Amino acid sequence: MSRELELKELYFGFRNPQTIKAYAKLIEEESKKLTRDVNIMEVCGGHTHTIMKYGLNQILPKNVKFIHGPGCPVCVMPKERIDHAYILAGQKDVILITLGDMIKVPGSHGSLQDARAKGADVRFVYSPADTLKIALQNPDKTVVFFAIGFETTTPMTAALIEQVIKNDIKNLLFHINHVTVPEPMRVLLDDETNKIDAFIGPAHVSVISGSKIYDEFAQKYKKPLVVSGFEPVDVIKSLYMILKQFNEKRCEVEVEYSRSVTKEGNTEAQKLNEKFFERREHFRWRGIGDISKSALKLRDEYSWLDVEAVYKDILPDQKIDDHKLCICGDILKGKANPKDCKVFGKACKPQTPLGSCMVSSEGACAAYYKYGNLL
Amino acid sequence: MCLSIPSRVTKIDKTTNTATVDTMGVSREASLDLMQEGSVKVGDYVLIHVGFIMNKIDKEDALLSLEAFDEILGRMDDDELQQSIIDSDKCFQ
Repeated sequence: MSRELELKELYFGFRNPQTIKAYAKLIEEESKKLTRDVNIMEVCGGHTHTIMKYGLNQILPKNVKFIHGPGCPVCVMPKERIDHAYILAGQKDVILITLGDMIKVPGSHGSLQDARAKGADVRFVYSPADTLKIALQNPDKTVVFFAIGFETTTPMTAALIEQVIKNDIKNLLFHINHVTVPEPMRVLLDDETNKIDAFIGPAHVSVISGSKIYDEFAQKYKKPLVVSGFEPVDVIKSLYMILKQFNEKRCEVEVEYSRSVTKEGNTEAQKLNEKFFERREHFRWRGIGDISKSALKLRDEYSWLDVEAVYKDILPDQKIDDHKLCICGDILKGKANPKDCKVFGKACKPQTPLGSCMVSSEGACAAYYKYGNLL
Repeated sequence: MCLSIPSRVTKIDKTTNTATVDTMGVSREASLDLMQEGSVKVGDYVLIHVGFIMNKIDKEDALLSLEAFDEILGRMDDDELQQSIIDSDKCFQ
């Protein structure tokens, strides 16, 4: 190694505005060689956030556009799943625990925040591991962990389950809503009206799964894909790599985020996932619809930990549609921009969201609202 | 949800299978449950997500990227560099 790396370089080296500018210039040169306009979908909401925060969409040439994808776990959670959480939180002696912005998403009865206002014990944790402490401190209560997230957070839930079994904890159950990235990508591409020319692949999903999960998108669908880190230099460099692929008539999976992503991913985490989870036949994605094999559930041998089995009688299974003015579905499919929505920034704001894309900080609408000088 | 923070490992506790890490001056604990036993060492850079170490950061690879950035910056002429500094002062405060 030529020299020692400093921790701060991992932040500031990948946020340097001059480097962003230098790549923007390289992108401009590449864009002149393009024979047509290109739309590049960033699958992950974390990238949408970076693009809006650093204004990367504003420094692109006219013939290169970002379109935002479905990779926001809070945004894609259908109302009926949130209703499950709401119903469970309302049960006597239940403590319902979840992560992130999930607490604010409206279901058909209200959000988990509303349930809490009505006296339900709903808690938000920083780490799934904190759930274990809450279960130990409340032996007379049933603790339900409402698990959400893509491949990134699935192994953390698996590690928690491992601890529950190891420590013989009897009062912690799971509501599993883990979803996977390649399946919705395939659905978007199978739609003949899609406008996607290439992908910026998720960062931390790929840390766990490895870049191998995207091979089909380059090979079968002929879409260039570059796995990118979350810093602004990562994203702009990935975009440059994609344009190079177009101009060199290549169609490959490349990894810009090679400091953390390998082809195989974190195999230890994958083993844990495999131990506890199997694919659901179907899962309904908010705004997108039913996608086969796109989500996980606990394996049958662990059904005693599965709140959907234990509380089966009180958890309804019917589909619940979104607010009729909300166009989150088209936004998640990359067919519409938040600004195309009639209620964006008016009836629908982060404090009073009608749709899920406005709730999560990774949602496209929330990012447009926050960084579009509307706050 | 998916954001993760680069940190440096300062201590490892084998009994609890946790690491103490430095995240830009803040010390905190993270679980090693997702990492192969013995694969994380003091001084390693790691990615932390919701209280778990999700992977190591390859130092050499990061240095290579940073060197490549320097090289690209070196290719910009002085006027462009000057202009980008002025622009970045406006945009990135």
